[in-house]
Amino acid sequence: MKGFGIIKGLGVTLKHIYDTYAEDIKAGRKRYYTKEGVLQRRTTDTKGIFTVNYPEERLAVPENFRFVPFLVYEDEDGEKVPRCTACGICSKVCPSQCIWITRAVDQETGKPLKTPAEFYIDIDLCMNCGYCAEHCPFDAIKMDHDYELANYDRTQNNIHDKERLLKPASYYAEIRPGYYAMEQKAKAEEEAKRAARRRPRE
Amino acid sequence: MNEETKVLESFETAVLERFPDWVTPDEREGYQGLLVDPANLIDLMSSLRDELGYDHLTSLTGVDYLPDEKMEVVYHLVKSTGGPILEIKTQLPRSNPVAPSLVGLYPGAAFQEREAWDLLGIKFDGHPNLKRILMWEGFAGHPLRKDWVEAYHGEEKKPYDDRWPEGKARKIEADNPYRENVSYPEGFNPETWIPDTQELLFEGSQRFQLDDDLETEQLVVNLGPQHPSTHGVFRMVAKLEGETVVDLEPVMGYLHRNHEKIGEKNTFAMNMPYTDRLDYFCSMSNNFGYALTVEKLLGENYQPPERAQYIRVIMAELTRVLNHFMAIGFFLNDLGAYFTPALYTIKERELILDIFEAVAGSRMMCNYYRFGGVVRDLPEGMEEHIRKLVYERLPRQIDELDRYLVENEIVVARGRGVGVLTPEQAIGLSAAGPVLRASGVPYDIRRADPYSIYDRFDFDVAVRYHGDVYDRFLIRYDEIRQSIRILQQAIDGIPKGEVLANKKAYKYKMPKGEAYGRVEGPKGELGYYVVSDGTDNPWRYHVRAPSFINLTGLKQMCLGEKVADLVAILGSIDIVLGEVDR
Repeated sequence: MKGFGIIKGLGVTLKHIYDTYAEDIKAGRKRYYTKEGVLQRRTTDTKGIFTVNYPEERLAVPENFRFVPFLVYEDEDGEKVPRCTACGICSKVCPSQCIWITRAVDQETGKPLKTPAEFYIDIDLCMNCGYCAEHCPFDAIKMDHDYELANYDRTQNNIHDKERLLKPASYYAEIRPGYYAMEQKAKAEEEAKRAARRRPRE
Repeated sequence: MNEETKVLESFETAVLERFPDWVTPDEREGYQGLLVDPANLIDLMSSLRDELGYDHLTSLTGVDYLPDEKMEVVYHLVKSTGGPILEIKTQLPRSNPVAPSLVGLYPGAAFQEREAWDLLGIKFDGHPNLKRILMWEGFAGHPLRKDWVEAYHGEEKKPYDDRWPEGKARKIEADNPYRENVSYPEGFNPETWIPDTQELLFEGSQRFQLDDDLETEQLVVNLGPQHPSTHGVFRMVAKLEGETVVDLEPVMGYLHRNHEKIGEKNTFAMNMPYTDRLDYFCSMSNNFGYALTVEKLLGENYQPPERAQYIRVIMAELTRVLNHFMAIGFFLNDLGAYFTPALYTIKERELILDIFEAVAGSRMMCNYYRFGGVVRDLPEGMEEHIRKLVYERLPRQIDELDRYLVENEIVVARGRGVGVLTPEQAIGLSAAGPVLRASGVPYDIRRADPYSIYDRFDFDVAVRYHGDVYDRFLIRYDEIRQSIRILQQAIDGIPKGEVLANKKAYKYKMPKGEAYGRVEGPKGELGYYVVSDGTDNPWRYHVRAPSFINLTGLKQMCLGEKVADLVAILGSIDIVLGEVDR
């Protein structure tokens, strides 16, 4: 019969419309503007409305999510001590070459110090690939979860300097708890090993 | 791996024994294939095609060997019945590189030869329409030549020296402001220049006579580049007789960024995130192809561990599923079913993108594969999630989509018998992937020349026999179903273990040599041709982009069709402009 295919297709559309309202009634108020509601819409057995009303509702980003990098600092008595040692590996692996580092120099002796004097990331160039975080041997540079970087003047605001890039280790622990715990554990083990090695000499 | 090389060698010796006067084996360190004198190229190729069955010219590209003052044209041939690649090379003097054109033998060489002319300045004698394809006529020089320097030139090779230890951020555009860095070829005036295809536009005023006494005009219609149905910035100039298309010229390059030049400045590892940006729907497949190619160069130590192999296959097949869902949805958009079908398919794609985000960190620019494995293991609970998706959700949804669209009378009427490509034409035009298989050629690299662990899975090569728009639409359903089969087997068989064969590295000790790696991407054969000169940066990095080469057949498909079908035909090829223009 001519037209049967179209009617069959329209049946599918009708079912989708029905699902939309059926799901809304079934879930009640908690379907919209709640965390569980958003989460439910992303499961494999979701039906009905699928979209998320940004910015009132937001998708939770997974731990692995990566956006432009930031520098981790340790808070030592109110002083920000960056983990970065200015070794320059991140600026070497960066595919778009968007990282500039100036190594700090001891004013008296002229010897290079293990800390950056300046650190720039041009986020116009950054392609969020995550290589810098992946190859940093000191866990000093990490990918952020903050993706709302829109601003009015890209010429002024899009080169992030050291001040802008530094974020506390506690923030890192908050956005990537799994990785943070793993790294702390590895560090503790390393420390213990080093201590064990040192002892016999004394 | 060894067996594969043996088969290849036996193929090569067969060719060597047959044509001892014409070919010599390429004996440079790390190189394979056969060298042929340009004078004998046409004879050799026609014998290869007609006597030995190498009827499919997969890839054609050039390499600039500046230190040797040579240009090389590299041909990759396959049999459409399956088997490994045969590599033929011909060397030309760099001062005047002229090779005979293969368009007469393999029509699929048309765009690739134009690309080689455009980017490398290799002339092809006998090409019917040898003009620039990605760049415009007012572009000075051939950018992939090693002595060509771009306008915003920082340094020769990455990593740049001014980034560390005394790096001060600056915008390189400021050193070399726009308009001061533009140069034109000699005798070119941008003010008075009229583009070629524009002339075709003006031809429309010619009057001509139909058989009956009605006097009409041939009309030239320009579709694009800003047109929603061209899937990006793609332009078609069609010459019409009434409503029938009598000639068609695809115009591309609006999104060109010279991916290959960037790739040659990058180190090998830096290229991985750039491959994401080729076909931005299928970044996992792009990564896969590039990783395989460089692993071929790196050798045995970089064979990925078992678990990584399975993860790679799962991700690549999920990519195929999402790409075909999108292809179906946007094909319906092109037919005028505005966005309802597309949204239903985007919904499924979204669930797969959520997986990519949780696994790789990014929804589209995944950058997940590494040489010798993948960057990180699947997060906790992910296997269970994928299992649910591939056992419950996706089969159900593809069946629903089947009910929704396949028997729809409008889709059938718009698709059946429209834009036909016969198997002979499809092979000759170097079509690949769904376009080739919808024309009745069951050629799937996962079967024809298995890579990774595809030889372990039980699946059918999807094939349809009419070669029309409707079959190209249906074959995407078939491929999704086969991909789901592979996914189910992979998720059941995935072992525990490591995911990276070697330590994380950003520099690799690259041996000298060349490698051509290919995967069956969702859009067709995605190939990478990489030449290493032993340094950290590739000497040559070429991408065989399936969307680009599938467009070679566009004119053939459109001739004799109605102008309203152009959009449907283009939609059925499924192109992504990031890959066409590179």
